[in-house]
Amino acid sequence: MELGALATHMLQLPHVNYTAIMPELILLGGMLLLLLVSALFKKGLPTEFYASSTVAIGIASLIASLVLYHDVEAHSAFNAIGHAIDIDGFSVLFLTLVSCIVIVYAFLSVAYLQREQTGGVEYYALALISCSGAMFMASANDLILIFIGLEILSIPLYVMAGMDQLREASGEAAMKYFILGAFSSAIFLYGIALTYGATGSVNLAEISAFLAKNVILGNGVLLAGMGLLLIGFFFKIAAVPFHFWTPDVYQGSPTIATGFMAAIAKAGAFAAFIRVFMASFPSLASDWQPILWVVVLLTTLLGATVALVQKDIKRMLAYSSINHAGFILLGLQAASQKGIGASLYYVFVYSFLVLGTFAIVAISGAKGDALHDIDDLQGYAKRHPFLATSLAIFLLAQAGAPFTTGFLAKLQVVTAAVEAHSYALAVIAMISAAIATGFYLRLVYKMFGAESSEAAFETPSQLQQTADSVEVGTSFSGIESDTGSAPALATLQGGVALATLESEESEVYGLSPLGKLGVSPWLATGLALCLGVTIVFGFWPQPLVDFANHATLLFN
Amino acid sequence: MSIAPAWYLTLAAILFSLGVIGLLVRRNVLVMLMCVELMLNAANLTFVTYSRALNDISGQIAVFFVLVVAAAEVVVGLGIIVAIFRRKAGATADDIHLLKG
Repeated sequence: MELGALATHMLQLPHVNYTAIMPELILLGGMLLLLLVSALFKKGLPTEFYASSTVAIGIASLIASLVLYHDVEAHSAFNAIGHAIDIDGFSVLFLTLVSCIVIVYAFLSVAYLQREQTGGVEYYALALISCSGAMFMASANDLILIFIGLEILSIPLYVMAGMDQLREASGEAAMKYFILGAFSSAIFLYGIALTYGATGSVNLAEISAFLAKNVILGNGVLLAGMGLLLIGFFFKIAAVPFHFWTPDVYQGSPTIATGFMAAIAKAGAFAAFIRVFMASFPSLASDWQPILWVVVLLTTLLGATVALVQKDIKRMLAYSSINHAGFILLGLQAASQKGIGASLYYVFVYSFLVLGTFAIVAISGAKGDALHDIDDLQGYAKRHPFLATSLAIFLLAQAGAPFTTGFLAKLQVVTAAVEAHSYALAVIAMISAAIATGFYLRLVYKMFGAESSEAAFETPSQLQQTADSVEVGTSFSGIESDTGSAPALATLQGGVALATLESEESEVYGLSPLGKLGVSPWLATGLALCLGVTIVFGFWPQPLVDFANHATLLFN
Repeated sequence: MSIAPAWYLTLAAILFSLGVIGLLVRRNVLVMLMCVELMLNAANLTFVTYSRALNDISGQIAVFFVLVVAAAEVVVGLGIIVAIFRRKAGATADDIHLLKG
């Protein structure tokens, strides 16, 4: 009898449907294989090998995602693994997007890693883990799984931020990102715990059902839980006032990792954000919409205005990404089918834009990830017409120029906001977009404007001497003069680095068949993918718009 | 004698607040890391309390996942801290201030 009682109390293990998590499994399995193979060769393999393996893994997971898409289209959305995983149009869209991010990132990173002369298997392995985390976040139907996905997404990003051991700034970025990331995760987790207490479940569908059945007014625990969840998400997507880590982390991280981080962290966090608030808390919309209203206002305006005064390109782009986060939130703030579709579309096109932008910024600098001042781009169009033109296209698309995906993305979120009667917010967002155009155009103007007559033309040896003398001078003249001469020294060193850059570039790209364009075939392919998405879908937007809107219809 | 769940929840809230305040106030990176742990464990305590109160097992299962995640986070965090502070004397957050705008 006791045995019988024991048998009935046995844990009911859920049936594991492996196709539902196939894209994640492919990424993780591929990552393990990649690490294993790289460990077998003591001297390390060429970066191209890691990149091509990553591309192959990405394509495999893309195929698995499209198979799931077909399943959802042909049958319907379904739950798997004890209702923890939700495969619907929404998650399939993000699975596809994340697979694309892996592929594009693998193409774009080769040139940068070769210039920095790092082997690079870590850059790919960490990226693969991070992507699998983003996929889990997108398809999770359970707050605990979202938390685990968030950590799988974030922890590799902390490491990637600190990968550049030679630069102290990289370590600093990693530590800032880690401390604030862990802090926000803990807040998020406490939010989950309180939500669990108030609703009795961590399952999104059950929470929604509970809230639909019981009218809860002014429940402190539930509201506190929801508020903490909001704060956790605001941290991850870098919304004002929880954005302060972004510029430092974006500036300090290795540039190619910055681009990846900007794309994947936003994709993963927004996927979970939208799902939690649209699937679980739609009945509480009157509580969270006003908060989002304020946050969107602050995020769009602060991102655009502070970016205007930045001197470092990466910092400027960090504030620009804050501005974009505000726009994506604008769609969610509308809390309508159309708003969600617009947000999804925005996240989708923004990922390609930001990957392409940072890839060119990464390659425009000098070895040691130096020369990322806006002034260093002076006359870039003369040196690298192809790269400068591509960067200009990405920047104009981010500014929302017509015939690019960026224009339609902005148009859609603003339309959704207007339809939700948030007129003031829509106007403010458009004003912030107008301000943002200022700094995008400034960068374009710098690249295509006249070459500066400053240090860049002097010979390296002369500069080195001057730099040395300045260095000696500062070390003797104490603190007061140190602050004054530091920028001068930086400019001089910049000049030296720029001069050495010219010789390095011919070394890295000269041998490639695309030498005339000044880019390696890897970079050219990656950029072609990003440009293709940006321009083709700018002229012919319907398929992508349908894809995004369809995802909300199939929302489970 | 049984203690009402409210006491546990209050304790967890106090621990969580201590963690938040500690992280914002203290400047030693290792102490900041401990504060994060305190916050995570306050969340765990809340999970277990609600799990008992609601008579639902999933809250207690969540705690196991959180423990694993916290361990993984600490491993990476300590790795980053060691990588940075190998060159420096003490683990004080104010000593690293290259990045600002």
